[in-house]
Amino acid sequence: MSDVNSRISDIVKGNDVVLFMKGTPLFPQCGFSSRAVAILDHCGVAYDSVDVLQDMEIRQGIKAYSDWPTIPQLYVKGEFLGGSDIMMEMFEAGELKQLMDEKQVAKAES
Amino acid sequence: MPMKSEDIVALIEEALPGAKVEMRDLAGDNDHWAAKVTAPQFAGKTRVAQHKLVYDALGSRMGGELHALQLTTQAPN
Repeated sequence: MSDVNSRISDIVKGNDVVLFMKGTPLFPQCGFSSRAVAILDHCGVAYDSVDVLQDMEIRQGIKAYSDWPTIPQLYVKGEFLGGSDIMMEMFEAGELKQLMDEKQVAKAES
Repeated sequence: MPMKSEDIVALIEEALPGAKVEMRDLAGDNDHWAAKVTAPQFAGKTRVAQHKLVYDALGSRMGGELHALQLTTQAPN
């Protein structure tokens, strides 16, 4: 497995919820990434983020890893869930919160 | 280099015969589009699989030539 793939795999498997995004939750650098952050904040779950703008190898590697051409990308318990469109559709259908509960994802500290 | 709406629609319709594509311009710059795609090929597929079919239709343009595409997909009812 290539170096970047194993780096990504470690991140994905090492965190319950991880969002690969452009920028950070506090300073998102793209509309889709900021929408993804807003959705996760609404779900009230603890999550980690990776700023792909700081790591070009991961920025390209993540697209091959999930066979998904865009950023942001959300992973829950090691599983690729989708980008911000799918997060929105799932959130609006109540499926995202349900999935987080089913997978017993930790709540964010309030 | 942004993409024209009709070029995006043509690519999707070619890859997904029978698809209906509704485009919405998000920023007026030919670079930020919203597309609602209804296609028989989506039936029984997960959202990720449906979106992948559309991304495959756009080939390498997604994230390159075409900067932003807000996508919603559904099978015909």
